[in-house]
Amino acid sequence: MSEEGFEPKIVAFLCNWCSYAGADLAGVSRKQYPPNVVPIRVMCSGRVDPQFILQAFRDGADGVLVGGCHTPGDCHYLTGNFKAFKRVTLLKRIIAQMGIEPERLRLEWISASEGDKYAQVITEFVSQIKALGPLQLEVAHE
Amino acid sequence: MARVGVFVCHCGLNIAGTVDVERVAEELAKYPDVVYATTYKYMCSEPGQKLLQDAIKEHKLDAVVVAACSPSMHEETFRTAAGYAKLNPYRVEMANIREHCSWVHADEKEKATEKAIAIVKTIVEKVRENEPLKPVSIGVSRRVLVVGGGVAGIQAALDVANAGIEVVMVEKKPSIGGHMAQLSETFPTLDCSQCILTPKMAAVSKHPNIKLLTYSEIIDISGYVGNYKVRIKKKPRYVIEDRCNLCGECEKVCPVFVENEFDEGLSLRKAIYIPFPQAVPSTYIIDSEHCLGLEPIICGKCIKECEANAITYDMSPEYIEVEVGAIILATGYELYPKEKMAEYGYGKYENVIHGLQFERLLSASGPTGGEVLRPSDGKVPKRVVFIQCSGSRDPDNHMPYCSKICCMYTAKQALLYKHRVPDGEAYIFYIDIRAGGKGYEEFISRAMEEEGVIYLRGRVSKVFPEGDKLMVWGVDTLLGNKVEIEADLVVLAQAMVPSSGTGEIAKLLKCAVDENGFLKEAHPKLRPVESVAQGLFFAGAAQAPKDIPEAVAQASGAAAKAVAVVSQDELYHEPTTAVIDEDMCSGCEICVATCPFDAIKLNPATGRAEVNEVLCEGCGTCAAACPSGAAQLRNTKDVQVVRMIKAALGVSET
Repeated sequence: MSEEGFEPKIVAFLCNWCSYAGADLAGVSRKQYPPNVVPIRVMCSGRVDPQFILQAFRDGADGVLVGGCHTPGDCHYLTGNFKAFKRVTLLKRIIAQMGIEPERLRLEWISASEGDKYAQVITEFVSQIKALGPLQLEVAHE
Repeated sequence: MARVGVFVCHCGLNIAGTVDVERVAEELAKYPDVVYATTYKYMCSEPGQKLLQDAIKEHKLDAVVVAACSPSMHEETFRTAAGYAKLNPYRVEMANIREHCSWVHADEKEKATEKAIAIVKTIVEKVRENEPLKPVSIGVSRRVLVVGGGVAGIQAALDVANAGIEVVMVEKKPSIGGHMAQLSETFPTLDCSQCILTPKMAAVSKHPNIKLLTYSEIIDISGYVGNYKVRIKKKPRYVIEDRCNLCGECEKVCPVFVENEFDEGLSLRKAIYIPFPQAVPSTYIIDSEHCLGLEPIICGKCIKECEANAITYDMSPEYIEVEVGAIILATGYELYPKEKMAEYGYGKYENVIHGLQFERLLSASGPTGGEVLRPSDGKVPKRVVFIQCSGSRDPDNHMPYCSKICCMYTAKQALLYKHRVPDGEAYIFYIDIRAGGKGYEEFISRAMEEEGVIYLRGRVSKVFPEGDKLMVWGVDTLLGNKVEIEADLVVLAQAMVPSSGTGEIAKLLKCAVDENGFLKEAHPKLRPVESVAQGLFFAGAAQAPKDIPEAVAQASGAAAKAVAVVSQDELYHEPTTAVIDEDMCSGCEICVATCPFDAIKLNPATGRAEVNEVLCEGCGTCAAACPSGAAQLRNTKDVQVVRMIKAALGVSET
C-alpha cells in the first residue's frame, strides 16, 4: 500500500505542560526526527475534542498524535489525561468503522523530561504511517 | 479583518542556520490578514523588542506573531513588550520554530522551512481570533493556614506571624512539636533536640498572631488562592485548657494503662495524660477511646481529684471555619510500617526496634531516663546492630528512594550508645554512606575513627532469636565474607514515608502527590516549596525525606512565598478560562461533571451552565466534552483549533 516517496502529513496535539515541553526538550537536546509533524499546542490533552481529530483526518492528515502527561498523577489539571485516554480509545473504534486504520491515531504520554521519547515516538509514528501509505478517504464536501 | 504582524527571529544561526527565515516572512506576508512580515536577528533583544513596538504603531497592528523559540522561553517577554505599545498582551502569540523545528531538522533545510511556514500559519490562525483579555482580579484573605505542628510547621508559622500576618495552625495530635520533640540529640552538633525546639513551641503558643488549634483536623477546604474556606474540627479534650494546672493528681488515680505513643510504645501512660512534660498547649487530655467510658458512674476518679475543676466529661467537638489566603502543608512523615519488615523480625521480636524508639531510649525524658536498656528484660545491651536502609532503596520489596537522614542519625545513635555504654559494641550495616551536609562527613568520620563504631558494608539477610540474643546474618561485601553477629539489640533505620494525614489533605486540596505519596512540588529545582495549585506551599518531610535544617529552610521559604501571596491587595488569575454561550447551552451538565475544579455550576434560575472564572484553571476539557459547542475555552476556541488544523495541513480556508 505504501507509495514511493510518500511524505505523510501528521498533526500532533500536545499538552502545554508535558508533551509540548517534552518536544521543547527534544529541541534543546538537538534530537533529530522527521519533519512531517506540525504540533498544535493545547493546554491539556483533555482539551482535544474528538472532532479535532476527525477534522484533521478530513483535511488530509495521514496520522494524528495526541500527547499528554503520564497517568495517573502527572496531569496539570488532575484528570485531563484520563479523559483524553477515554476519548481516543473510543474514537479509535469509531474511525475503524469509517475505514481509517486505528493505528493512524496515536496517544502517548510524554513528560517534560522525555525529549528522547518525543523524538522516538515521532520517528516511529512517521515510519509507521509511511508503511500504511496515504489515507484514502472519500469525503463528501458540503 | 485583523491586522496581523509576523516577526521571524533568526536567533543568530539557531533558526536561520536551518530555516530560510526570509522565505518564511515572504510566504507569511501573502497570508490572509497578515499586513506586515519581517525578520530580525534577535527578536528578544532590546532593539528586537523596539522593532516590534514600532511596527505595532506604524502598521496599526492589532495582533502579533513572533516566530522564534518556545513560548515557555519568551511569551511573557513579547506580551509585555506589546503591552507597552498599547497592544493587548493576549493578542500576541509565539510560533515555535526553534525547539520544534530548526533544532530538530538540522539536515533538512528545505523541509524545515516548509514546516516552519506551516507552524507560523497555525499561529496566525489562532491569534487573529484571540480575544483581548484582562487578568481576572480577586480579593485576598490576609491569613495563612499552617497544617502540621512539627518543626517545619512551627518555623513556617513563626515566620509568617512575625511578618505581621495572622496564622491558623492546625495539628492533629494533642501537642505540637512533631517527631523532633521525641529526639534525643541532633546530628552533627549533638544539640539536645528538646532544648532547641521547646522555645519555638512556646513562641507559637504565645504569639499574638498565631491561633493554635491542636487535637484538631481539617474536614473540608474549598476555594482558591487568596480565598480558601477551611472547616476545622476541634476534638474534645475533656480537660479545660486554661484551668488545668498540671498538678498530675488525675493521672495518679486513673486506672487505665495505654501504650505511650510519644515513647513509641516503650512505656505506658494513663487514659488521662499529658503527651510529654513540655507539651504545648500545656494541659492534660483524656483519651476518650481508652477512658472507661467518660461515665462518672463507671469510673470518674480523675474528676474527683481535680481541684482546678478542669475536667469535664461533657464536651463536644467544636467546628471552626476560617478564611485564609494561602496554605502551608507541613504534615510530616511516619516510619515505614513494621508489618512490612518481616525479614528483620520487626514487630515480632521485642529487641528489634526502630530508630525513633532508640531515640526515646537515649533521651533524658524517655522511659529509661536516657539509660540504654533493651525492651525485653531491661538489661544494658552490650552489642547493638544498626541496620540502615531498612525499607529504603529497595524497589523490589519496599520503598525505592533513599530516606536521606538515616546515615546521619544512625551514626549519631551509635556514637551516643558508645558514650552511654563505653564497653559496648556498635555495628552498622550500610549500603552507602550519604553524608552530604555541613559538618556531616566529619561527623561520620568521627563515629568511625574516634568512637570505634564498626561499619559493615552490606545488607542483612535475616534476624532471628537464639536464647535471649538475636542472631544477625549478613554479608560484608567489602571483604566478601558472610557475617554473623550475636546481638543484644537490633535497631532499624526505617524508611520515612509521608504521614497518613498527608494523603488525606492532598485529596481534600486536589494537590498532586508523587508515586510514593509525597507532596508533589511545582518544579523539582526551581519551585520546590510550592504546588502547581497557586497559594499552596510545602514545608518539611511531607514533600520528601529531609533533615531538620532542610525542613526549617523549606519552611522559611514557604512562609516567604505565602506572605508574598497574602500581602497583595488583589491577585490576578489567567483570563484564558472557559466561557459558556448561554444561547447554545442546553443545561445538560456534562461540563459540570467533567470539570476537575468544580468551576462550572448550573444556574438554577436560567437552567444554563455558568463558569466561575476564578476557579477555572483553563484546561478546556469542558469545551471538548460539550455536545453543543456552548462551552468554549477563551483563545483556544473550537473555531481557532479547527483553523489551526487546516493551516497545519495546508488546506485553505475557502
